[in-house]
Amino acid sequence: MATPVASRRVSAPTTTPDISDGVRHVSLRSGVYADSVRLMQVSRDAGSGDGVTAVLVAMATPLNLELAASMGLAPDGDASPEQLLIAVRARDDEALAAALAAVEAALAHRERSTGTAGAVPVRTVGAALDDAAPDASVLAVVSVPGPYAVAEALDAVAAGRSVLVFSDGVPVEHEVGLKQAARRAGVLVMGPDCGTAIVSGVALGFANVVRPGPVGLVAASGTGAQQVSCLLDAAGVGVSHVLGVGGRDLSAAVGGLATLDALAALDADPATERVLLVSKPPAPSVAEAVAEAAAGLATPVRSAVLSADSPDLTAAVEALLGDLGVDVPAWPSRPGQGTAAPGAVLKGFYSGGTLADEAMLLAAATLGDVRSNTPLRPELDPALDWGTDHAARGHVVVDFGDDALTVGRAHPMIDPALRLEAVAGLAASGEPAVLLLDVVLGHGADPDPSVTLVPVLSGAPFPVVVALVGTEADPQCWSRQADALAGAGAAVFASNAAATRHALTLLGAAS
Amino acid sequence: MTPVTGPLGGLLAAPPQVVAAGVGVFSDALRTQGVSVTDVEWRPPTLGDADDLTVLALDPRRATANRTAVERVLAAGSVLTDVLPAREVLDLPERTLLHSGPPLSWETASGPMRGAFIGACLFEGWADDAAAAERMLAAGEVAFDPCHHHRTVGPMAGVVSPSMWMWCLEDPVHGGRAFSSLNEGLGKVLRMGAYSAEVVDRLHWMTRTLGPVLQRAVRSRAEDPLDVKGVLAQMLQMGDEGHNRNRAGSLMTLRELSPAIVEVDAPASDIGAVLRFIGGNEHFFLNLGMPTAKLAMDAARDVPGSTMVTVLARNGTEFGIQTAGTGGRWFTGPAQTPVGLFLGDYGPDDANPDIGDSAIMETYGVGGFSMAAAPAIVRFVGGTVPDALATTERMYQITLAENPAMAIPVLGFRGAPTGIDVVAVARTGWLPQINTGMAGRVAGTGQVGAGLVQPPPECFTGALAALAAAARAAAV
Repeated sequence: MATPVASRRVSAPTTTPDISDGVRHVSLRSGVYADSVRLMQVSRDAGSGDGVTAVLVAMATPLNLELAASMGLAPDGDASPEQLLIAVRARDDEALAAALAAVEAALAHRERSTGTAGAVPVRTVGAALDDAAPDASVLAVVSVPGPYAVAEALDAVAAGRSVLVFSDGVPVEHEVGLKQAARRAGVLVMGPDCGTAIVSGVALGFANVVRPGPVGLVAASGTGAQQVSCLLDAAGVGVSHVLGVGGRDLSAAVGGLATLDALAALDADPATERVLLVSKPPAPSVAEAVAEAAAGLATPVRSAVLSADSPDLTAAVEALLGDLGVDVPAWPSRPGQGTAAPGAVLKGFYSGGTLADEAMLLAAATLGDVRSNTPLRPELDPALDWGTDHAARGHVVVDFGDDALTVGRAHPMIDPALRLEAVAGLAASGEPAVLLLDVVLGHGADPDPSVTLVPVLSGAPFPVVVALVGTEADPQCWSRQADALAGAGAAVFASNAAATRHALTLLGAAS
Repeated sequence: MTPVTGPLGGLLAAPPQVVAAGVGVFSDALRTQGVSVTDVEWRPPTLGDADDLTVLALDPRRATANRTAVERVLAAGSVLTDVLPAREVLDLPERTLLHSGPPLSWETASGPMRGAFIGACLFEGWADDAAAAERMLAAGEVAFDPCHHHRTVGPMAGVVSPSMWMWCLEDPVHGGRAFSSLNEGLGKVLRMGAYSAEVVDRLHWMTRTLGPVLQRAVRSRAEDPLDVKGVLAQMLQMGDEGHNRNRAGSLMTLRELSPAIVEVDAPASDIGAVLRFIGGNEHFFLNLGMPTAKLAMDAARDVPGSTMVTVLARNGTEFGIQTAGTGGRWFTGPAQTPVGLFLGDYGPDDANPDIGDSAIMETYGVGGFSMAAAPAIVRFVGGTVPDALATTERMYQITLAENPAMAIPVLGFRGAPTGIDVVAVARTGWLPQINTGMAGRVAGTGQVGAGLVQPPPECFTGALAALAAAARAAAV
């Protein structure tokens, strides 16, 4: 305790060239304390570097100051015992810098607890990331309820890690704040409401097992990205990464913050030779910014923007295959049974929002506007409230993955109950129909969707057309599911556009 | 740290490991792919508004402000510079008594607080007996003010009257000052609400003998003042946590001060009495540890945007907290009754709700936060050694930094969890863990036990809302 209290002035570090004896650095730092044993270890670690001739890292007690003076490393000005003395002599500037970096690293080294690991649960993403190795590639995945998702995601951003936010229900102004923070930190926020990503072969959320390859996807649409990556896989073309950005990223409010960062990252990625941007029509101002950014990249960028002018994701994939000089294959399919009764209407029961949109866009040419809980033109067509009007007659396309239908229940790719009930209800209603379904395979999805679908479809009094989005390598296996569904009489298509057109053909034949 | 290379922090450079919070099905899908997954055991926050939490998480000022605040806490020092009567160092109007915790009135004061007020009136000679003192206090003839409003901290009732001698400490780094009364020992003592003749006589002896002797001893070391922070750091290496166990710290203080005490020109009987008093009081150091923590927390006052707690304090009726981002504003809730062990025949019904400024120790990261350092007392406060380790581990998740000066041996010399973050408390649902003494509910009883207690959630809900309101205003 007998410590003289002198001036607390912190002396500026001095790095003095010394012709006879290399260079030296002496500084005093306040607010840093470590016990003497620890500091001995720090000194020893830093002193073991090549070209380092002397290191003293110690509290500036009179004894240690005397020692420093005897080493020719006394600090200028007054020192107090609460200050940490860092004194290094080295052969040259390079060795000195290395030694100082080693001192910093050793001082920053955090002692790990012993003997209690696992005793206390980790409650936040931040606490979990504290335990992650600093040099590891770590990504956070957040699927907590929307009101709490931003706080968890920001933990990742603050730790310099990218994050996928599956959660929906995040206010758009918070999405903007989150993505601005991510840009400042130089990391990517995929989402909110991002269901699909593949990073270096690791499938996050709902994603398919696709072969590695040269195409990088930036996707504002999860099922759109799944459709595209599965068709590419079927054509023998793999993907490098699928970077989801969330359905609102290309809105005027968000301004494509994540899309622009994802495009730049894929451009710099050696594994990516082509980029495909999958989205619904962006806000015009954002479309311009994205187009401008894409034009500035070394990697060619093609867009698969789903709109009335370009209603077909399969066509976009075929165009990309053309760019790559790859022949377009015959997309996998299975023939179905049954014909549509006179006056039949289209009933599209979808789990994927983008796939539902694609079906409605393709159907619009022959059927006009289709009633939906997620109508293409809400300004003309009040949304169908499926919760109260699930026996709506006429042409109807329902997105069972819409937020309003997933409150308090799992996504229909995981929990098929609501949609199965709708199919049974349609059968019981006696309304003549053609039923169009999507079944999305891959990680995260129902492990065997045909098990619950086949019994319902087998007895259906109307023809059934299935868009089966998946690959042979998916855990559910595309052809096994296709055979089971075809066995129940359904026509099965790997392409949602092909499935929709087949359904329209069945309707046309009936009219 | 190896720098991560490539755009987006090297996101695309290698297959990632994943930290996952939320739905288990995604973690399962990742594990089937052979990916290393760390699951966060996320729970919906149990206090605070979700939008407030998000606004604070998004506040661009917060990270820097919290770093500034906690670095000031870590950098603060504490040396013992003087011992003086309260009236000479504190801005204390006539007929004013200081007390622990947030503001209160005679009507809302609990039993032990009233007892301490009565005892102080008797000690100051403002009243001849307890009944007269009570009448005087009830009539509003004595003003009350929180210690914290006067750079002062007081254990338990924390009552300070003008004639009491105060430790005067200084932070040589930031230049702050802080004060605390001299510790009276255990059992029937004013701070526990006792006011019998034995209590008042002891206070008179402290004023007549202990204070002046300590003043001369401390002043004789003006060139070499006691480094109180250094003592606190060493205590944690010796089985103390600095709140409910101060045994090693008190002995070190005795060792440091006794040569100077012996050299004071006073009758040998007085010197002997002073040394016996200090040596017989295992909590003698507490009143030096508390202003040391107070100096550090005051150094972090008034940092706009910071969500760090600067005060945890209880007055026996209410628990109050302050934060670096909201200045001197109190956020209060009803004080809880500690859970623990009782002396003699006393039981839970005899215990008063939580009382004292001593939770400044937890605010600083020691006390209950460093419970892992003090296995010797875990049973005294009704816990087990694994509980103690788990408590400290939990506190790391609600604090901003680890204090390298306050190393916890059993945790591999990891620094004490320091700087409570209101946002982290809300997100984890883990309230700060406080080690505390228990005063008797009835005025005049004294200490009845010791145990563990937490702040009421209302303090944090209120602070969170105010901090979020400030963040929204700053964003406009």
